[in-house]
Amino acid sequence: MASHEFRTDRVEVAFTVNGKPVGLAVDPRATLLDTLRDELGLTGTKKGCDHGQCGACTVHVNGRRVNSCLSFAATHEGAAIDTIEGLGTPDNLHPMQRAFVELDGYQCGYCTPGQIMSAVALLAEPCGESDAEVAECMSGNVCRCGAYQNIVAAIQSVRKENAT
Amino acid sequence: MATTTDDLPARHSLGKSMKRKEDPRFIRGKGRYLDDIVLPHMLYLALVHSPYPHARIKSIDKSKALALPGVKAVITGEDLDAAKLEWLPTFHGYDKQMVLAFGKALYQYQEVAGVVATSREIASDGAELVEVEYEPLDPLVTPFQAREDKIILRDDRESKTNHIYHWEVGDKAKAEGELDGSAVRIKERILSPRCHPAPLEPCGVLADMNKATGRLTVYMTSQAPHVHRTAFSLVTGIPEDKIHVISPDVGGGFGNKVPVYPGYVVATVASVIIGVPVKWVESRTENLTTTGFARDYHMDVEIGATKEGKVTALKVSTVADHGAFDAAADPRKYPAGMFGIVTGSYDFPTAFAEVDAYFTNKAPGGIAYRCSFRVTEASFAIERGMDILARKLDMDPVELRRRNFIKKEQFPYPSPLGFVYDSGDYEATTQKALDIIGYDELRKEQAEKRKSGELMGIGVSTFTEIVGAGPGKHFDILGIKMFDSAEIRIHPTGSGIVRAGTRHQGQGHETTWAQIVAEELGLDPQELLVEEGDTDTAPYGLGTYASRSTPVAGGALALAARRIREKGKKIAAHLLEASENDVEWKDYKFNLKGVPGKSVTMKEVAFAAYTNPPPDSEPGLEATYYYDPPNLTFPNGSYIAVVDVDRETGAVIVRRFLAVDDCGVVINPMIVEGQIHGGLTEGFAMAFMQEIAFDESGNNLNTNFTEYLVPTALETPHWETANTVTPSPHHPIGAKGVGESPNVGSPQAFVNAVMDALAPLGITHIDMPLTREKVWRAIRDAEAKVS
Ligand code: FES
Ligand code: FES
Repeated sequence: MASHEFRTDRVEVAFTVNGKPVGLAVDPRATLLDTLRDELGLTGTKKGCDHGQCGACTVHVNGRRVNSCLSFAATHEGAAIDTIEGLGTPDNLHPMQRAFVELDGYQCGYCTPGQIMSAVALLAEPCGESDAEVAECMSGNVCRCGAYQNIVAAIQSVRKENAT
Repeated sequence: MATTTDDLPARHSLGKSMKRKEDPRFIRGKGRYLDDIVLPHMLYLALVHSPYPHARIKSIDKSKALALPGVKAVITGEDLDAAKLEWLPTFHGYDKQMVLAFGKALYQYQEVAGVVATSREIASDGAELVEVEYEPLDPLVTPFQAREDKIILRDDRESKTNHIYHWEVGDKAKAEGELDGSAVRIKERILSPRCHPAPLEPCGVLADMNKATGRLTVYMTSQAPHVHRTAFSLVTGIPEDKIHVISPDVGGGFGNKVPVYPGYVVATVASVIIGVPVKWVESRTENLTTTGFARDYHMDVEIGATKEGKVTALKVSTVADHGAFDAAADPRKYPAGMFGIVTGSYDFPTAFAEVDAYFTNKAPGGIAYRCSFRVTEASFAIERGMDILARKLDMDPVELRRRNFIKKEQFPYPSPLGFVYDSGDYEATTQKALDIIGYDELRKEQAEKRKSGELMGIGVSTFTEIVGAGPGKHFDILGIKMFDSAEIRIHPTGSGIVRAGTRHQGQGHETTWAQIVAEELGLDPQELLVEEGDTDTAPYGLGTYASRSTPVAGGALALAARRIREKGKKIAAHLLEASENDVEWKDYKFNLKGVPGKSVTMKEVAFAAYTNPPPDSEPGLEATYYYDPPNLTFPNGSYIAVVDVDRETGAVIVRRFLAVDDCGVVINPMIVEGQIHGGLTEGFAMAFMQEIAFDESGNNLNTNFTEYLVPTALETPHWETANTVTPSPHHPIGAKGVGESPNVGSPQAFVNAVMDALAPLGITHIDMPLTREKVWRAIRDAEAKVS
């Protein structure tokens, strides 16, 4: 755990993470990303740029996707935060996780939690039907391994499933 | 018709799209990457960077930083020098590199000091409090300025010149003579611009010196953990047995995670001194500005030919920008890597290539970004050159290539620049590509469009790569021959553990290595655990880069498995109560010759190896193989891009892209397909987006992902893929490697397509990246000339 022994100006914040209530005293500058990773040990959410330019840190706040590196933990009082760790279990994967496996939506796996969280949020958004529209809706999530074609295919397969 | 994967005989485990073994952890956020590792009481390192590209360091004041509560140490170049740790050897051993700027800062963002503190935040706050007084000096921004030697960059070197080396291969006089005598001749300056691999996971280290045991454990984002262990031992003097390097899950490498960086050394030194773990993870800006850049080759390409389009000679003279230190990750005897592959897929009677490298005030690197050493540069040069020649001859670029292809019967083919190509069927691979894309139709469509002034282009690239270094007699790093290794242990119940000297970063070795071994032994690949990246357990290997894993470690795996089979045969004979000569391995089991139905499986043999071994034999079932390949492998492909260029805006739409690859025998088609998508995406990025550029004062202009543009799902074209299979004759399973072909082969297909579209305007060449602005300017200038 990161030590903040010399910080006195901590602020209290309470929210839920993956359905479980969490109360913390955080550095007011601490991002949601660092808080999840360093304070709560939820390292599934990744850091690729720390500047809102890659999407590796995507989580859900009240059901909407956000770049957790651009968001201060202290501002989320009362919020429902969901991370990749809360999405599915080995025996009961989220359909999006299953689709990523089925359609090989990753290589090194580093962008994958962010891609999956982004893709799950997208299901509830007014995103157009075509591959190109899905690609546009996913353009905040960089994959340096270049797995985009399969990522889009995975999302489309889940959307099709949901539509039937 | 060319052979494809589907035509091969049914196999046990090879050629199957087995799902990745990493799936369960990666899709649930359970991967364990460097920054996910937390050790008790660990400290964090932040680095101070030079704002100037070239400056004398007059003083460094640590006092304010040290006064900040939580700061444990501030380390400078002077401190490291006192401990004799200021200089790092570079991989090929011809230069050395400063760990922290010492005396002078030689590039913008160079590491000047390190601050170690109890949290990330305090370390960065501390770094801001380190006061450095600089005296700015004039910078050398291009190798052409450096060449003049008016400013000498490196006072630490004996030779007072910025020239690092001259390297050449081939017969210069003959090539020049042939060029002079050629009926047709082209010459073009072609730049392979500086770019950066920028894997999504930045580089990092967590060094943990245990003072009680005297053992140093170094977790690091490493593509070559064993080489790094040796390098750490050589630099620090700590005996190699006291160093344990662990490369956990690696979030992409692409060559970026091959070198040793200053942050690794400073964190390690801090841990050794303080005796607690110290972590350093670079920011995206640090990644783009200080760690391993790629390319930066300015190539003068000359080709001579007959009027009928038969090539007669090739000459390529290159000026290379190596930055402030010669830290290029090339093998010792090959300072310009495999640049000699520049004759490509064509039968040149004579050729000559030379490279002159210079120091400049830029970050060091020159790493092999998703390619074998300098092959992307070479391949781009020849494939662009052939297109320019075709235009001059007024010949279809495919026709010109076909007239000059090395023919199937010519393999093994000795190239004029010293390589022996293993195998290939360029004609068949190209024909397949033409058929799938409908080349003739596209040319007709283009002719129609040109009539109305529309800019449509078709670009081809029929490239040959060279990968899989060794052989050890030619290639080494730090003097260590470029072999690789495998160790297999089969357990009593027929499952097993497979270890290799490689370290995957998304290539899927956990799955494909199991498939290779399973194929050789008739075992279930799901029951073979693959482990890499831990130097305490894995056999020594040179690592994963330059597409060497399958050509080298893949060979080691197959041959280690065959050693298991040899021993297994003795056990099988014992079980079958027969002589060993009467037992043969067929249909993935041991059979008694001539007695149908009498056989034992490897699983039964494994059990017997522990419970009922032949009398007087050694129990157990394991084997190790260190494989030094007899030759490199030469994957190849025929790629076709179709683009439409908007005359008004310069925007390029990639309408279609087809990659037909021949990487020899395919281990896992799904993983190969993913690798090809990835390489094409990076090739597309190089062609249209990615560049690390500098202004006239030497300031880096591309320091984050809003300035260094990487493709997202939105820009990335749709990829069409197909393959042909020409097995490598010398590789144990006939595989050649694939991860980098699409990155090596595709940039020129895009650029050729855009130049083809712009041909009616008389535009011959534009340097990458072909941004909308550059294309628009070229169109505007060309139109101005016409009107
Ligand atoms: S880490 Fe948050 S967007 Fe890159
Ligand atoms: S899988 Fe490696 S960055 Fe996307």
